Parts: sequence; C-alpha cells; structure tokens
Amino acid sequence: MTENIIEVRDLVKHYPVTRGVVFKKTIGHVKAVDGVSFDLKAGETLGVVGESGCGKSTLARVLMNLEKPTAGQVLYKGQDISKLSGGALRRLRRQIQLVMQDPYTSLNPRMTVGDLIGEPFEIHPEAAPRGSRRGKVKELLDLVGLNPEHINRYPHQFSGGQRQRIGIARALALRPEVIVCDEPVSALDVSIQAQVMNLLEKLQAEFGLSYVFIAHDLSVVRHLSDRVAVMYLGKMVEVGTEDEIYERPTHPYTQALLSAVPVPDPTLRDNKAIIRLTGDVPSPVSPPSGCRFRTRCWKAQEVCAQEVPLLQIRRGSDHPSACHFAERREIVPTHEAA
Amino acid sequence: MSEQSVPGADGSGRPAGRLLEVDDLRVEFRTRDGVAKVINGVTYHVNAGETLAVLGESGSGKSVTAQTIMGILDTPPGFVTGGQVRFHGKDMLKMSAEQRRRIRGEGIAMIFQDSLSALNPVFTVGFQIAEQFRIRRGMSRADAKKRSIEMLDQVKIPNAKGRYSNYPHQFSGGMRQRAMIAMSLALDPEVLIADEPTTALDVTVQAQIMDLLGELQRERRMGMILITHDLGVVADVADRIAVMYAGRIVEEADVYELYAKPAHPYTLGLLNSIPRMDEKGQELRTIKGLPPNLMNIPPGCPFNPRCPMAQPVCREKVPPLLQIGSGRASACHFAEELVSRD
Repeated sequence: MTENIIEVRDLVKHYPVTRGVVFKKTIGHVKAVDGVSFDLKAGETLGVVGESGCGKSTLARVLMNLEKPTAGQVLYKGQDISKLSGGALRRLRRQIQLVMQDPYTSLNPRMTVGDLIGEPFEIHPEAAPRGSRRGKVKELLDLVGLNPEHINRYPHQFSGGQRQRIGIARALALRPEVIVCDEPVSALDVSIQAQVMNLLEKLQAEFGLSYVFIAHDLSVVRHLSDRVAVMYLGKMVEVGTEDEIYERPTHPYTQALLSAVPVPDPTLRDNKAIIRLTGDVPSPVSPPSGCRFRTRCWKAQEVCAQEVPLLQIRRGSDHPSACHFAERREIVPTHEAA
Repeated sequence: MSEQSVPGADGSGRPAGRLLEVDDLRVEFRTRDGVAKVINGVTYHVNAGETLAVLGESGSGKSVTAQTIMGILDTPPGFVTGGQVRFHGKDMLKMSAEQRRRIRGEGIAMIFQDSLSALNPVFTVGFQIAEQFRIRRGMSRADAKKRSIEMLDQVKIPNAKGRYSNYPHQFSGGMRQRAMIAMSLALDPEVLIADEPTTALDVTVQAQIMDLLGELQRERRMGMILITHDLGVVADVADRIAVMYAGRIVEEADVYELYAKPAHPYTLGLLNSIPRMDEKGQELRTIKGLPPNLMNIPPGCPFNPRCPMAQPVCREKVPPLLQIGSGRASACHFAEELVSRD
C-alpha cells in the first residue's frame, strides 16, 4: 500500500452571499464544496470530473491553500495545511503546485518566459542558487518541449499549447510532489491537447509526481487517471478506479454523464442508450434537501428527499457511491475504437 | 455530385438539392502586421434537410466562412477577395444590403457559440424574439408576444409565459442557448448555421440541445451547417463532413466513410489524437507541430510541415480537392494510397 500524500477530510467551503453596500448582511451561502473526503496516493493521478458549478475549481483552490476551508481539513503528509503559516507554509507551497486552465490570462504578458518560469526561484531562493537559475529555466524549457533559446520571448509570441507548456514548466520549477491541474487542456485544440496530455504523463513517470487532474472532459480524465471522483453540486457522488467508474458506474449521475458523452464513432449513434437528464443543475445557494441529484434523477423516491445518501460501498458494488439505489446498469456505450 | 435542384421532389414543398453553396470563397484579413489569408478557396454546399458538419481547429476559417455567408464579416479587416455564396442559385455577395437583409432570418439564420454575448443584455429575451415578428411580419405587439411564447415553448423552455419577460442574465447557459435557437428559428429559415452551439455547455446540457436541434431540423426540413471542433458531436449528428485546415477544405465525405477511412492525413491525425478508452496507458498519437501562421502559409500543401506522409511534391504543389470515389473528396496527393491501405 502506498502512502497517502494528501488526505481530504469532510472539506466544506461556503462563500457568503451578501446584500447591501453599507450595511452588508449575509443572506445565504454558496455551498461550493460541501463535505468532500478523499485520499491522494503518492505517484497516482486522481481525476475529478463534474459539470460547471459542481465545486471542482473551488476544491483546487482549497487544496492549494488559496482559500481557507469553512470546515474540514486538507492534510499534507498528516499536517493540516490551513493551520500552517510563515516558513512552514512556504515550505509546503514548494510541494504543491498548480497548472491553470487558461494559458492566455495565467501568464503575465509583461514578463519574459525566463522571468515567468524563474519567478518561483525568487520566492524560494533556497531552491536554486542565484547563478544557476537561468540554466535551470533553460533545462525546464527543454523538459516541456520548448526551445531553450526562446527564454527571452514574451507569452504572446507563443501559441496556446506552448503557453500551457510554459505553465507546466513553472509548476515544475520547484520540483513539487503534487501538481493540481485545473482543466489544463480544455482550452486547447484536439491535436494540441493530445501533445500536452502526453507531456503530463511523461513528466509524471520521470519525477514520480502525483496529480489531481480536474476536468470536465470524461475521456481526457479516463486517459490520464488511476482513480476518478465524480462531483455534483459540491458533493462527491462516486469514487473508484477508472475501470470501476467507467465500466461499472452505480450512481445515476455518473451513468447519465457517461451516456451523454458524444462518442467519436458514427456507427454507434443509433444503438446508444443515452440517459437524458432534464433541467439544469440547481443553485448551490439552496441545494435540494437529501440527495442533491434527486431533482433530475429518474430513480428519486421519498427517501431521497429526506436522507442524504452517504458515499459508501453499496451492495453488489465494489466502490463507494452516494446513492440510496445504487446499482450497476449496462448503459455505457463501448468507447472502444472500432 | 452534380444533382440539380428539383423543386418539391421530397414532397415538402421546398426545393430539393443545393440550397446553399459556397464556391471557391476567398477571404483575407488586412491588418497592421500584414495580410492573413484566412479563407483560401472554400467550396461546400448544404441541401434541404441535411446536416453538414464543418470540422476544424481554431484558426481554420470555419467561423469566418459562416460570417461571410451571413454577411456579418467585419470589414475592415476582413475582405472577400473571390468566390461566390449562392443561395437558391443567386450569388449573395453581389446583392444589395437590402436584399441580403431579407435573406437573413427567413432564408438563413445563425446560432452563436456564446449566448451571453450574442443576446442583448438590456432587453428581455421575449422582446428580442418578438422584435422579429413585429418588424419582419408586421405583427401587433400582442400577436408578436403570443408567437414568441409559442417559440419559447417549442424549444422546451419551462414556463415560457413567465420566462418571456426575463432578461438574458436570468437564464442559465442551457436556457440561453435554447432562447437563441428560438430566436433564430422564429422566421422559419431554410438554412440554419450553428457555430459551436454547445461548446460552452456541459455534456448533459449539450445532449439536450443537440437533441432539440435535431428534432426541430427534422420537423422543418432545414438544412444545417454545424460548425464545430468536437469529433464526438459530429459523429452523432452529421450527414456529411467538411474538414477545414488553414482556410481550405482538405476532406469532404459522408460521416460513416470519414470515420472509417479518412482520406487526408490531417483527418487521420485528428481522429488518432482523441483519447480512446481502449488505449489507456499508451501515449496518444499526436499531430506534431502547430497550425501554420495564416500570414505565411507554407508553399505546397499547407499541412506538409506536420504531415507524416509528406514527400517532396507536397512542398511544391498545392493538392486540389479532388473526387475520390462516390461523394467524397480529398486534398491530398496521396489520398488514394491512404484510402486503399489498411
């Protein structure tokens, strides 16, 4: 059994909703993340999937300690990261780095690539002595497949895929143990997306990195992940190995999500059993009582409105699912190539 | 591939055959930094009741072609330098602004990707739909409102009556896209251009919207041009596919043929770079390099610097889009070889 590098326990992040300018009063909370627990093992990739507003990015922000959790803990090797400060916090930051979604806005247009990738060394001078930094940046550029001679160029001189490589080089600069990737390939074209995914896999093998890979594209997540967590409206509804989630999903939401993914094979278009969900995701300010998915679920019963289903292993299944009526269902079209 | 239009051949009262044709269209963008050749001889057509998918990556020119068809290309910097856009056989590029305006909405309508910026934030959704009925159909306010609510109902917006007086920001992303569909279909167009209609939406909502579009299209026997980069969506709904690269059509084929046996190395590369569920753990097969800079398109085949099959001839001669077999065409010097190999 490999050790857990990050343990998340009952994590809750609520954002207050206020009204009024002078006399602000809180009129409710956006329950962005509402009781999430999971482990990240050393060297593995945990995929987090879900639709917009399900709390994936908030989760990333809390994992990075950019936001303090409302309740619950994020433990890095047993230490609660929200309790750290000063030098201990700075040391932690070296170990967990972030790759952001938008390669256009996440790089400062006034800084050269050399400055952008070298900036982590300014903040953590102990990571590399001053004289060796330029050499290190060139090494990093080479590592992510960019020309080291382009060190003095500015971000606008690069394409989207190349900028994402710059973002990855910057995240790698301090040799972290964990990289949180928040939708790292969703802004990229298909052919470029594949290049960046290959790069992420190569780097993981080379440095033994652990990834938390957040994305909404289910086939991308499947390709990269060892385990997958499915989120809906601030809750984790199902967790399992990629095989368990994609081949034997038991939560109705996972089943619907998987069945809705368009398969790039026209011969399957008529024999796909797509589960059509009606309506939209409810507001996270006032989520439905009990199971949050019940308003769109075809299985919903009385009990779903009253009791919050726990994320636990259900009968006839091998992985945790947060549904009172979890069961396997042969709905998933074969995603295999013809 | 040269069927003539026979009016009412399918009993729908609408002429069968080529409804909208783009013929050797050329568009360039004149900017401070130079001239970008964005469209370099694009030819495609769409028939009544058919879905043509225009597939391409960013910068391939798929949206600019659509903007040129609609007559909403920003000039400057965009200039049409050649070719025709024929609707019912008449070249729209030679029409007066007034004639073109009459086609917009009733002849050809368009749905945009980003519904939040496509809708006017200071008018209610209902008003924006009703406006068309009042101006184009001369309806009274009350009648226009009634028709608009019917339209909202048709695109399955719950409580259409109540939603009529909502503003766009009060709608969710999926609902806004529905409202935009209602708006574009209000005047019963013959051709609908859908420019990445579901790219901004989540998968479960995407499935709803694509279903709705398919349903409405069948009901009305509309021709549809679906512009997208998503190979999954295309496989689900398209009849024919035109693949664009660097402002050219590089391959055109029936959807089943294209996925089974692509006849252009670019199409093959695109299909290969989708993560397949059965190839987990393997490296993805990518297309190396980047799309060309449109101000400086390489000589010969524009794909040659990235092509694994490139030969000296590819750097010298631009391969024309040639028929290979029935109803399919490829712009590759080695298309026959690609199709015949296993």
